[in-house]
Amino acid sequence: MTSFYSGPGFDFSNTVRNNFLQDRGLPLPKATSTGTTIVGCIYKDGVVLGADTRATEGPIVADKNCEKIHYITESIRCCGAGTAADTEFTTALISSNMEMHALSTGRKPRVVTAMTMLKQMLFRYQGHVGAALVLGGVDVTGPHLFTIAPHGSTDKLPYVTMGSGSLAAMAVFEAGWKPDMTREEALELVVAAISAGIFNDLGSGSNVDACVITANKTEMLRNFVRPNERVTKERSYGFRRGTTAWKKEQIRSLIVSEEVVKHGEAMDVS
Amino acid sequence: MQTVDMQQLKSGEINLGTSIMAVQFKDGVVLGADSRTTSGSYIANRVSDKLTHIHDRIYCCRSGSAADTQAVADIVHYHLQMHTQQSGDRPSVHTAATLFEKLCYENKDALSAGIIVAGWDKDVGPSVYNIPLGGGLFKQPWAIGGSGSTYVYGYCDATYQDGWDRDQTVEFVKNTLALAMSRDGSSGGVIRMCVITEEGVERLFIPGNELPKFWEGVEVLPPLSFKPKQQDPSGPVPMAVEA
Repeated sequence: MTSFYSGPGFDFSNTVRNNFLQDRGLPLPKATSTGTTIVGCIYKDGVVLGADTRATEGPIVADKNCEKIHYITESIRCCGAGTAADTEFTTALISSNMEMHALSTGRKPRVVTAMTMLKQMLFRYQGHVGAALVLGGVDVTGPHLFTIAPHGSTDKLPYVTMGSGSLAAMAVFEAGWKPDMTREEALELVVAAISAGIFNDLGSGSNVDACVITANKTEMLRNFVRPNERVTKERSYGFRRGTTAWKKEQIRSLIVSEEVVKHGEAMDVS
Repeated sequence: MQTVDMQQLKSGEINLGTSIMAVQFKDGVVLGADSRTTSGSYIANRVSDKLTHIHDRIYCCRSGSAADTQAVADIVHYHLQMHTQQSGDRPSVHTAATLFEKLCYENKDALSAGIIVAGWDKDVGPSVYNIPLGGGLFKQPWAIGGSGSTYVYGYCDATYQDGWDRDQTVEFVKNTLALAMSRDGSSGGVIRMCVITEEGVERLFIPGNELPKFWEGVEVLPPLSFKPKQQDPSGPVPMAVEA
């Protein structure tokens, strides 16, 4: 049997074949993508992150209530847009490495550390890891907010948006943001920005998740606003009992009955 | 065998469609840049800082791919910190520029990065180095770069002079960038500048509504009162045209 060495990391040996097949008009399988609205906003004493909860596979809603605000450390969180699997696993990997870093340095890790780890990993994969992230948190140097694009470029801004709904959300921020907002003002603005994505972007929908991070507390507000609650149907579309006629009725027991017969001496377990 | 096309691979990448420049003067250098970062037709950041700290007296202007130039600048920053720790001395601008050139040349197939390195060192005083796309290294008294630079080469050639002082150089950088930003759609926002001398680094900021103004066009139609003059019989005669 032939065996050959394959190096660590991704294997791109099928890209040439896939490009060839695509040129011949063959549709390629699609990855679940979080066509998303994610935002972040710095306020007086912390950071507010926000996300919608829709995951899509092409035109189909794959998950109506997924979680896009990922845990990095207790006071650092990260919203993910792009390929769902990539955002899930990159944030999990960096979260693990941040915990190890905290243990080996004996300090609370900083937001820039997470940002540098993420950008160096994404740059190494040259955009093939399709993770577009909003990273926010509070550390010893204060509140910080970054965006990280799939190719590994980063931006540091007081308010940021990403994903397919970023344009709708940014319009809300540009109209309503002001420096040194209170917790309530910032949370309200983040909810308005995510709602703009939910209602105006096809790739975003369902509920608003929010996360408020301050120096000594992190509040994960899962399904903070639920503007798309399903109401009970006004009519029942069930068929009346007896609509279908039947010829015979047979009732069988599906429970397996088994008799256990004792055989030989019991093992000494004393 | 098909090859992997870099242009296709890097679609959707964040770009610094840029206007950047650096100019030398007697006591130091002035670096300047616009603040627009784009992703396709969307402005991903309207207040970006393309003037990046490399060392105490060395900064660089970045143009091209945001991811590539940030990665290269981070690597050079790391090497110069190591250099300082091991030699106990500040690196020269030439050392920094050579590191940039090495990275940009050896990875030219994978990078799209146009970088201008400028700063002050005790060996030669102020200096400006240009490292364009292919990874060349050119020492120049002034350098411009990015998509907006093509509009202002003539202005720079006609305006620049040796022996300017700090304020004259700052004014030159400010005017050049304002002209480039007004003609180039991929550049805009605010002007960020950086003055590096032996004494230290000074950061300057010009908001988007306080940019220097130049001729911005006038009404093309003549006023309603305008009456064309009667033809002077002794003047030039209109060309005869067959009916």
